[in-house]
Amino acid sequence: MSTPLTSQAVEPAPGVRAHHEELSWWRKYVFSTDHKIIALQYAFTSMVFLLFGFMLMVLMRWQLAYPERSIPALPFVIPLGIIGLVVIFIAGVKPSINSLMGLLLLGLGAMVMFLTSGEERMPEGIMLPEFYNSLGAMHGTIMVFLGVVPLAVGAFGNFVIPLQIGAPDMAFPKINAASYWAYFVGGVVMLASFFVPAGAAQSGWTSYPPLAAVTPLSRDVLTGQTMWILGMVFLITSSLLGSINFITTIIQLRTKGLTFMRLPFFVWAQFVTSFLLLLAFPPLEAAAIFQLMDRVVGTSFFLPSGLVLSGTPLNVSGGGNPLLWQHLFWFLAHPEVYVLILPALGIVAEIIANNIRKPLWGYKAMVYSLIFLGFMSFIVWAHHMFLTGMGTVMSAFFQTTTMIISIPSVVILSCLFISLHGGSIRFNTPMLFALVFLPMFGIGGLTGLPLGLATSDIHLHDTYYVIGHFHYVVAPGTLFGLFAGIYYWFPKVSGRRMNELWGKIHFWGTFVCMNVIFFPMLIQGMAGVSRRFYDGGQQYAHAQSVLYLNEVMSIAAWVMAVFQLIFIINFFVCIRKGKKVTENHWQATTLEWAAAPTPPIAHGNFLTRPVVYRGPYEYSVPGHAKDYTPQNQARDV
Amino acid sequence: MEIPYTSAVHPETGLYNAKGGIWLFLASEVMLFGALFTSYILLRVGATEWPHGSAILNVPLATLNTVVLITSSVTMVMSWASLMMKNFGRYRLYMGLTILLGLTFLVVKSFEYGAKFEHGLFPSTSTFLAIYFTMTGLHGLHVIGGIIVNSYLWGPGRKLWKTDPQRFTNRIEVAGLYWHFVDIVWIFLFPVFYLL
Amino acid sequence: MKITDTARAEEVKRHVRVYISVFVALMALTIITVTISYLHLSVTAAVIVALIIATIKGSLVASYFMHLISERKIIFAVLALTVIFFIGMMFLPLLGHSDTVTYKYVP
Repeated sequence: MSTPLTSQAVEPAPGVRAHHEELSWWRKYVFSTDHKIIALQYAFTSMVFLLFGFMLMVLMRWQLAYPERSIPALPFVIPLGIIGLVVIFIAGVKPSINSLMGLLLLGLGAMVMFLTSGEERMPEGIMLPEFYNSLGAMHGTIMVFLGVVPLAVGAFGNFVIPLQIGAPDMAFPKINAASYWAYFVGGVVMLASFFVPAGAAQSGWTSYPPLAAVTPLSRDVLTGQTMWILGMVFLITSSLLGSINFITTIIQLRTKGLTFMRLPFFVWAQFVTSFLLLLAFPPLEAAAIFQLMDRVVGTSFFLPSGLVLSGTPLNVSGGGNPLLWQHLFWFLAHPEVYVLILPALGIVAEIIANNIRKPLWGYKAMVYSLIFLGFMSFIVWAHHMFLTGMGTVMSAFFQTTTMIISIPSVVILSCLFISLHGGSIRFNTPMLFALVFLPMFGIGGLTGLPLGLATSDIHLHDTYYVIGHFHYVVAPGTLFGLFAGIYYWFPKVSGRRMNELWGKIHFWGTFVCMNVIFFPMLIQGMAGVSRRFYDGGQQYAHAQSVLYLNEVMSIAAWVMAVFQLIFIINFFVCIRKGKKVTENHWQATTLEWAAAPTPPIAHGNFLTRPVVYRGPYEYSVPGHAKDYTPQNQARDV
Repeated sequence: MEIPYTSAVHPETGLYNAKGGIWLFLASEVMLFGALFTSYILLRVGATEWPHGSAILNVPLATLNTVVLITSSVTMVMSWASLMMKNFGRYRLYMGLTILLGLTFLVVKSFEYGAKFEHGLFPSTSTFLAIYFTMTGLHGLHVIGGIIVNSYLWGPGRKLWKTDPQRFTNRIEVAGLYWHFVDIVWIFLFPVFYLL
Repeated sequence: MKITDTARAEEVKRHVRVYISVFVALMALTIITVTISYLHLSVTAAVIVALIIATIKGSLVASYFMHLISERKIIFAVLALTVIFFIGMMFLPLLGHSDTVTYKYVP
């Protein structure tokens, strides 16, 4: 097959088991155990979910800008349809990843049509409050668990780690495949939850009981919230399998000469991230089981005694504790936010090192900071719970650990900033995203400080300030890191590069829109506008002066959607028709660029096992002919 | 290029890949059951009244189950030791015993649960019963999982002994680590629910 | 273990003796812990004693059946990390439970 994403066996290297019989199409592309194919499966699936999660917000922003006004569905649906058809057309309508993606985009359009109609959701095109809540809860869930983490960890981690450490594959290829399919099933369950009679989960992505346990009050498994829980069980399973794989691979399969302190920062970031996933997710699994039992079996893990619902006392044993859920949930969810940022930080570090043509400043400090950050992330979680009636001892403890945890992030950010000094900076598209990540993540981090201090959090908790804060970190933060990574590793995956001009247009448009969307949220939050209000604060007397910002933010969101369509077209056109480039297009030092042959990368990755002689960022080494010296280049050259 | 250290041990870590993997998995399980025990503590501390385990639960039956599970741990490690001594027949004997003991555990457990349900004691009846059923139930699911894996290794999976005995022995060791962990969880579950 | 098959077999035989001793110890400890429960100690004392015995039993299984006693640093490092987080997860919410604010309305 001639598609660039084939992973066929080439000449078996000496010593390789000669059992590379030609696999069936299903074994090669669908149930593959090759980390590169699995990575692409993760990538395409997660990008569809990211787009879908974005669509949900695009709908919500209509309600916030023009509450109680009927939504014109077609402007939201037609672009998806057009792009879908364009992508299929480029594919030539034969079975391939492009045609599959085109179909999925059309499917997304159909989904949006479905969501914007129906008596239970949007009678006469006007959003019901319950439906707004569903969109909010699912937007958060889908973006975090089905979009960002699978892309950052499942896709980038899977593709790049074995290549960067000189390994033929992950330690456990079959478990790798299992982790993808568990994610896939979890995603299907989450999507299916939109179609049940009472609608999808609507108690926030945080699913706090008692509300989540009694909404709707039904023992039926086919309710949105119960399906949310079941979906999460699959996603947690996927995460656990993946993290076991990553940690074992990084510890055991580093090639000769690749000591821990010679690892690319990206690998370190994924390593710490995997520990966070491994040890922080199980408590949420426990909590999910409890909530499932509360909903389906009638237990009272989270239901206190004497609970009355709509005037009727609940017929349960009582004696439960809603705070128990919050402790277990946030025990995961705080490390989870570091799971969201660390891989992007890793990607940004790689791209900055590559495009300043000099080594990163403070590599060791960055690595130690990573480790310290990972450790601290397990003991800060209750800063999400400052307003639960916590006493001064608890507040002081968690406030202190939260302040301490800001130090390693500042160290890492500072090292990256300082690295720029004296560099020969190349301003290509990945570098633009990587550079702008720094101040955007900076804003995100700084706006977190008043939230981490218990006293100021009293004013800001559960307001739009929080939404602004975390979106700054995840959207122009992580997502920019991921965009950077896509533009950067696209040549490694496909042998072609994405169009630079359209890339830069995508960059500038998205960058400006991101700030117009999320900065006003900080203002609205400080003015006291609560989050999760379906009318965007219309009823608040004290918010009237900042309500005009709702329309501004919505328009910026819709404009940003248009810029993402540019990215989608660029991406799929260039898979087939992008300019072909050399093996090491960016002239980089890390091992994935030394993997032979040029795409398609063979099963087994390297013809012969590479040996590492130097650190990961030996750019502009004095006395060397080229301004980059690959890690596997021997010492006496 | 083949994946290194699938059977051979890594010089620095002293592990073959699967052993590293299973220990990591067990670490996550420690966090899972740890969260469950934490929840037990929080629910009990926050409760106005909490029954003594022996008032509601069947201590003799659970003691029997404890003996059964600990014995199965011994037979499990003996099955691995037999393979290390190249005695495949002994391995099958000990692994078979391990599976039988595991099934015994489940049968006893089903008697326990059945008796509770007959008396109208369900998870929804009280928080004590809720956490009791949930934790012992989840533990029971882990026992079932172990029995399935062990049965595979006793049955169709035993072919690997002929083609790659080292790798097969490693698989038994890995399965054993999981089984011992399930035993350790019960070692804590038993006193917490039945004796306190 | 890069030793001959016979040498390895000898070593495993020694291990088998250890397994049997551990088995006996575990049975004894089980009997002890059940017996003590019939003494109806105060809740605090009962909890401490039961947990100490359970910890000893668990450690025996981990050290000898799971061969933890002969593993290298890396496994211990992972387990130590896990234990630290386990302790944090278990005791910080408890602290929160006892450390709450009470409000008094002063007109």
